[in-house]
Amino acid sequence: MELIANLLVQGAQMALVVALAPALMGLVRKVKARMLRRRGASIFQPYRDILRLMRKEVVLAENASWLFRVVPYMVFAATWVAAALVPTFAVGLQFNWTADLIAIVALLGSARFFLALAGMDVGTAFGGIGASREMMIASMAEPAMLLAVFSVSLVAGSTQLSTVAAYMATEDVGLRVSLGLALVALVIVALAENARIPVDNPTTHLELTMVHEAMVLEYSGRHLAMIEIAAALKLLLYISLIGCIFVPWGIAGEAAGVMSYPLALGFYLGKLAVGGVALGVFEVSIAKMRVFRVPDFLGAALMLGLLGTLLLFVSRSL
Amino acid sequence: MTAVEFALLCAAALLALGPVAILLGRRAVATPLIYASSAVLCLALTGAGVAVLAGMAGVSGRVLPIGLPWLGAHWRLDALAAFFLLVVGFGSAAASVYALGYGRHEHEPLRVLPFYPAFLGAMVLVVLAHDAFSFLASWEVMSLLSWALVMAHHRAEGTRHAGYVYLLMAGFGTMALLLAFGLLAGSGGDYAFDAMRASDRSPAMAAAILALMLLGAGSKAGLVPLHVWLPLAHPAAPSHVSALMSGVMTKVALYGLIRVVFDLVGPLAWWASPAVIVLGALTAVLGILSALVASDIKRALAYSTIENIGVIVAALGLALAFRANGMTATAALAFSAALFHIFNHAAFKSLLFMGAGNVLTATGQRELDALGGLIHRMPVTAALMLVGAMAISALPPLNGFASEWLLFQSVLKSPELPQAGLQIIVPAAGAMLALAAALAASAFVRIYGVGFLGRPRSEAAQKAVEVDRFSLAAMAALALICVLAGVFPGVVLDLLAPASEAMVAARLPVQADQAWLTLVPIAETRSTYNGLLVLVFIAFSASGSAWLVHRLASRKLRRGPAWDCGFPSDIANTQYGAGSFAQPLRRVLGTVLLRAREEITMPPPGDGGPARLRVHLRDLFWDGIYQPISTVINAVATQANRLQFLTIRRYLSLVVGSLVSLLLVLTIWN
Repeated sequence: MELIANLLVQGAQMALVVALAPALMGLVRKVKARMLRRRGASIFQPYRDILRLMRKEVVLAENASWLFRVVPYMVFAATWVAAALVPTFAVGLQFNWTADLIAIVALLGSARFFLALAGMDVGTAFGGIGASREMMIASMAEPAMLLAVFSVSLVAGSTQLSTVAAYMATEDVGLRVSLGLALVALVIVALAENARIPVDNPTTHLELTMVHEAMVLEYSGRHLAMIEIAAALKLLLYISLIGCIFVPWGIAGEAAGVMSYPLALGFYLGKLAVGGVALGVFEVSIAKMRVFRVPDFLGAALMLGLLGTLLLFVSRSL
Repeated sequence: MTAVEFALLCAAALLALGPVAILLGRRAVATPLIYASSAVLCLALTGAGVAVLAGMAGVSGRVLPIGLPWLGAHWRLDALAAFFLLVVGFGSAAASVYALGYGRHEHEPLRVLPFYPAFLGAMVLVVLAHDAFSFLASWEVMSLLSWALVMAHHRAEGTRHAGYVYLLMAGFGTMALLLAFGLLAGSGGDYAFDAMRASDRSPAMAAAILALMLLGAGSKAGLVPLHVWLPLAHPAAPSHVSALMSGVMTKVALYGLIRVVFDLVGPLAWWASPAVIVLGALTAVLGILSALVASDIKRALAYSTIENIGVIVAALGLALAFRANGMTATAALAFSAALFHIFNHAAFKSLLFMGAGNVLTATGQRELDALGGLIHRMPVTAALMLVGAMAISALPPLNGFASEWLLFQSVLKSPELPQAGLQIIVPAAGAMLALAAALAASAFVRIYGVGFLGRPRSEAAQKAVEVDRFSLAAMAALALICVLAGVFPGVVLDLLAPASEAMVAARLPVQADQAWLTLVPIAETRSTYNGLLVLVFIAFSASGSAWLVHRLASRKLRRGPAWDCGFPSDIANTQYGAGSFAQPLRRVLGTVLLRAREEITMPPPGDGGPARLRVHLRDLFWDGIYQPISTVINAVATQANRLQFLTIRRYLSLVVGSLVSLLLVLTIWN
């Protein structure tokens, strides 16, 4: 009985992340539009876009291989599994122990690996430029993320996200320099990994500045829809991750019953909204970098992550 | 018959296959006969290894009355040897099956066939040897036979240079090993491993032995800066031999390192371990960076071997650090991660080299920039290569990720180390390993994306056809191992537990007892990973979403020309190639470490000629270490050359002079 209830909560959480992800994307776009004194599309526009893409036929390049057609679903699946492993409104879910923080980083790495291969598959210049630059950014971002993960898990004594979130919610964590450094590193990584300004521009129409968009240039129809959902899911994942590690307040604990879930859900939606608005405001207030400035930016994240880890050795209380 | 006798018989049979191949000569039956018998014998050896590890056969030793008269030849099949016998066995069996198909394209089979089975036999003997003399003799036979195999295509460009450098480095390595065993035997001079294990030695002496082993075994395994021969020699050999050298022989070298450092030397002080950790991490980063810019597919794979050796050596260094501080459970974690990665690397690196061999058979090309679009022409090879590329890029749920995950878990235990130096070094090394893992993914996106995807860049790539079934079967078996070891890592970890128990006096918790086959290295609240569930979840959500989309939304599909922002070009070179893909990372990381320099020649204004970009890369170690050494040796040789043209009178006075001075030294000494 308990197993079934747990499975239901897990299932609800998995459905929730997919259902919410496009709205979060819409929220960010809306905030950006309002900041630029445009009215902007409704925050539900991404749902309509995805539905429209789903209904359209796929135009496939002549020499696209089977890999190109499989990749959208693989990318979606890997991102979704990673997103399902991040506690959103409750910790201690049925399958949280399937994989830890390191595995979540690696699952996102799998999604990126496939997407970069798809970029190379058709054999166009833009696909290659996107894949090459995406892998360059990832090569810097992934170690930075792992180092941020190291400092967080050294504080919490675990790489299990549920345990980390539960520990962070306790009183005895307090303000720590190393966690602050890890937070900055993680935010930088999140910006880079989600192809946001200043690393990449999600709305660009100038081909030479595209990274992520160049890689998926050849996709259309339902394939593009899957990739868009996966991108939205990834953004939601990063905001949930930062939320559950650094601001775990309001998350339903392991012992908390079903009754606490509505409140916890409210908290979670609030965190997502704050994250989305903050991202929108940040994006309109900063300029995009040249591609070869990006490594400096990510190198800073790498150094901050390492510094955060090393500070913990100087003093366990920092 | 004990397990060790069985293994020795198999090894002897493998050695005997060499002369058989010579007797058979150019008969058509030679190739299938030799490779098929090698495959069977290697499978039997794998079985022997598994039997000892699983406890079905006991640990056994045997002394044969050959070799040094007062010593005999000691052989022993204990848990560590059994684990390596398993790795050598399955890697060699797969390579032999592969060669059943691949070997048919060999123009001069007599340059490969006699050496191949004997090389396998020598590797097995190295693992079984239990005294310094048999170990070194087997080691040298292994080195020489692999050199002969590298020289199989000695007329090809670069092969002779590769063979020359390899021979020099192998000689240097054996010299270091000889000194290490000399120190181990001490003044007593007993060369049996049992006697070495029993004797005491000072920490400084133990550290000196460690340093000599890092030079000796490290040069064979490809540790920086002794790696220079590896990217030359491994690609020069026929592909099934490349697979063996990269996938298996480097593991035999690591076996030598582990045998001496963890077993024979005895307890090492903690200050010996940071050097090992840093050396491993450096090797990993430099290896994968070089793989990222290599334009030859086999060369890139050889550089990636260097990276993986670095990862394994770093894990071994961690195990040493934990063991020196009495943290045996954590030492077992790091040590198991190292052994697991050894197993995994043997599987996926052999698989990748075989894939490269298929490409070579089908197109005759090794340059990535001459390939492209092979996924259409060679679908099975492409699919199997993809599994290998995913596994080596440490993507879940495949095996490469499982072992790297264990390694990161042991890095995270570093705050419990008492020494401040180690506390700083271990996370920094962890950062470098994370960087290496991320770069590995880039490197394999590049190899796979340029080689197998896109449009063909040459006529040869356009006309490629799929290779024979034997080659594909061997690759499929290795791919299956990659998947199974990733999904059920607990099985492999339980299998290698006796080896870990013997070397670091502890093992991981029994993984077969864990619920849902979850991997739990320390405690459930600390870290868990379940490859099976990750695979099930990904498979379920990918197929489920695909089914839903096809069912409820559109399933229409139309083929059209590529969009490419409205300007598609027919010229295949407008695609991204190997050089252009690596350009961003080359600029970011390569300017210092690889001395990468770009030279752009623009045509003068008004001239419609092409602009040209040339990239210059330099090997820091070649320029900084090997070039000066060879300059000095050449200079000394030129000077010494004068001694060749003296008169007899002068020779006589030289002889008398040296005799007198030696006697003088002897008198003063006493």
